[in-house]
Amino acid sequence: MAEGGQLEAPKPRLAVFKFASCDGCQLSLLDCEDELLSLASAIDIVNFPEASREMLPGPYDISLVEGSITTAHDRQRIHEVRANSRFVISIGACATAGGIQALRNYADVDDYIKTVYAHPEYISTLRTATPIAAHVNVDYELHGCPINKHQLIEVLLAFAAGRRPQVAADSVCMECKARGTTCIMVTRGEACLGPITHAGCGAICPAYRRACYGCYGSKDAPNVASLAAWFHESQGRDAQELTAALCRFNPEVPALREEARKWRPDAAKKG
Amino acid sequence: MVHWSPADLDALLCQLRDEGFRVIGPSVRDGAIVYTDIDALPVGVGDDQEAGRYRLRERGDKTRFGYNLGPSSFKQYLFPSREELFAYADGDIVPAPLDDEKLAFVGVRACELAAIQVLDRVFQGDGFKDRRYQARRQNLLIVAVDCSQSAPTCFCASSDDGPGVGEGADLVLTELLDDGEPSYYVRAGSERGAELLAASEADAASPELQGRARAVVDETREGLERLLPREGLRDALLGALDHPHWQELAERCLACGNCTQVCPTCFCSTAVEETDPVSLRVSHVRQWDSCFTAGHSYVHGGPVHAGIASRYRQWLTHKLASWEDQFGRSGCTGCGRCISWCPVGIDLTAEAEALRRTP
Ligand code: SF4
Ligand code: SF4
Ligand code: SF4
Ligand code: SF4
Ligand code: SF4
Repeated sequence: MAEGGQLEAPKPRLAVFKFASCDGCQLSLLDCEDELLSLASAIDIVNFPEASREMLPGPYDISLVEGSITTAHDRQRIHEVRANSRFVISIGACATAGGIQALRNYADVDDYIKTVYAHPEYISTLRTATPIAAHVNVDYELHGCPINKHQLIEVLLAFAAGRRPQVAADSVCMECKARGTTCIMVTRGEACLGPITHAGCGAICPAYRRACYGCYGSKDAPNVASLAAWFHESQGRDAQELTAALCRFNPEVPALREEARKWRPDAAKKG
Repeated sequence: MVHWSPADLDALLCQLRDEGFRVIGPSVRDGAIVYTDIDALPVGVGDDQEAGRYRLRERGDKTRFGYNLGPSSFKQYLFPSREELFAYADGDIVPAPLDDEKLAFVGVRACELAAIQVLDRVFQGDGFKDRRYQARRQNLLIVAVDCSQSAPTCFCASSDDGPGVGEGADLVLTELLDDGEPSYYVRAGSERGAELLAASEADAASPELQGRARAVVDETREGLERLLPREGLRDALLGALDHPHWQELAERCLACGNCTQVCPTCFCSTAVEETDPVSLRVSHVRQWDSCFTAGHSYVHGGPVHAGIASRYRQWLTHKLASWEDQFGRSGCTGCGRCISWCPVGIDLTAEAEALRRTP
């Protein structure tokens, strides 16, 4: 990290920034509890409003960014974060793939505003919710809704040590089999997104007999079309169910978005 | 050769436990037969299987072995999905202690015994020896059972790996059924097995019983629905590396890795270093990998097998072809797990046939 002697202190300085999101991902950092203290011996947490009111100014070595870009102000603010940070790491489904609020990208945002708010005139928002990487260069994306704290620690320790994080882009099925869970797609005909979803959660949903709903985004080389065809042809699910299954937490993952639009061309026009 | 009642079978489980064995066998969990620590065998459980589908069913009899294979295999006890090999702590490298627990596998099918012997070639064959595998293997006791029925996904006869149990088990059972009541024709396959039989007070088996046991296996063999003719398969697959069918497969295969994870002979692993953020102890962990992951073929700059077509080709040609060059036999014993547990029902026997045909 002390590359080129740019840093005075050997410990990298960490900041946490929030955009449109629920705070769940940054709370994963607080959730580290025991590990947080030793993490603090490797990293200086200098700007983390959820943890401390003391917020030191940049530049920062590592900025964790949570949330998606949904307002004109945020669209500008993310460039300031980028300019002030050596590494930008986006964390969670919102920051990496738009999050649940990106469902608006498939609809007319004015319809939503009229339905939800008593005074639509107070609302100032972009028509879309977009991931951080759509606006600035991102050095690392950590997926999940919320992210897994062990993976977060691994990524932070790796950046602090100047090595590559060990976060494999394998399928959730790999974790599901490693823990000895019986496949609920094969035994119960569930529409499980595990075969196209990025590992990291430890296959927690199938372990509780619930289909994976894809909150960790896409694995490497996802074959969404084949899985969707199986849901349709072998499980008898219709286009409505299919698009709902594919687009929950990560609507802006390109592979999911394209497949959903094949099944619901009407949604494509509005988005 | 003796004739056992179900009570004698239960007594065997007790005896094994008394002798300090950890007894692993079939159990019903979450809608499937899985292998786990058992006290008793499930009764009257069967299954319906086809490509991408598995359902348990009640058989309406008292069989203990009326099911075929579920998603788990005995591999997970000899080569666990995750284990520490060594750690780096306080300036020292500390090897993980060897796991030399006495294991007894109960209900091992012919294709699974053959699969264990394939793993033997991989982990303790000529040349490379895996100490952790060897430690577990040398204390292993195998109670095998002939198949009295097959699943539609089974094709063990194509490679002569089943449905009758071959050499290498300590005890071999055949389940015989009279009006829904099972009994067992039992013979020893090793000295340890013979000792176990000597300790049992059951009646000697009649020649008639032996004939019935043979007939059960013959009937199962005749009932097998799937085939994977092995003659010329290696050369055909290695000669088909540019076949357009791989591309067609890439459209269906999810590269999820399930087939390799349920396969009782796949042995690929990856190593990760895990740093405990509190003690800063670094643990070197081996965990299952698969040729369907990007990491499996990753070299500087990216994976060699970037697309699904080449990953599927790696799986099929290794399993059914280059495995022979590497270990002296095919890597497939015909258990059919990869067919049932593929989420989109891809059947390697059908794919291998398609690849044999000239495009
Ligand atoms: S339950 Fe889902 S995640 Fe688990 S193996 Fe089956 S398809 Fe994959
Ligand atoms: S493949 Fe053969 S040995 Fe294996 S379970 Fe099926 S019938 Fe039995
Ligand atoms: S390749 Fe398939 S059928 Fe052959 S041993 Fe492996 S899981 Fe069983
Ligand atoms: S088929 Fe694939 S996962 Fe299985 S042993 Fe060969 S390379 Fe490894
Ligand atoms: S063949 Fe089936 S189980 Fe194997 S990787 Fe492809 S989709 Fe997954």
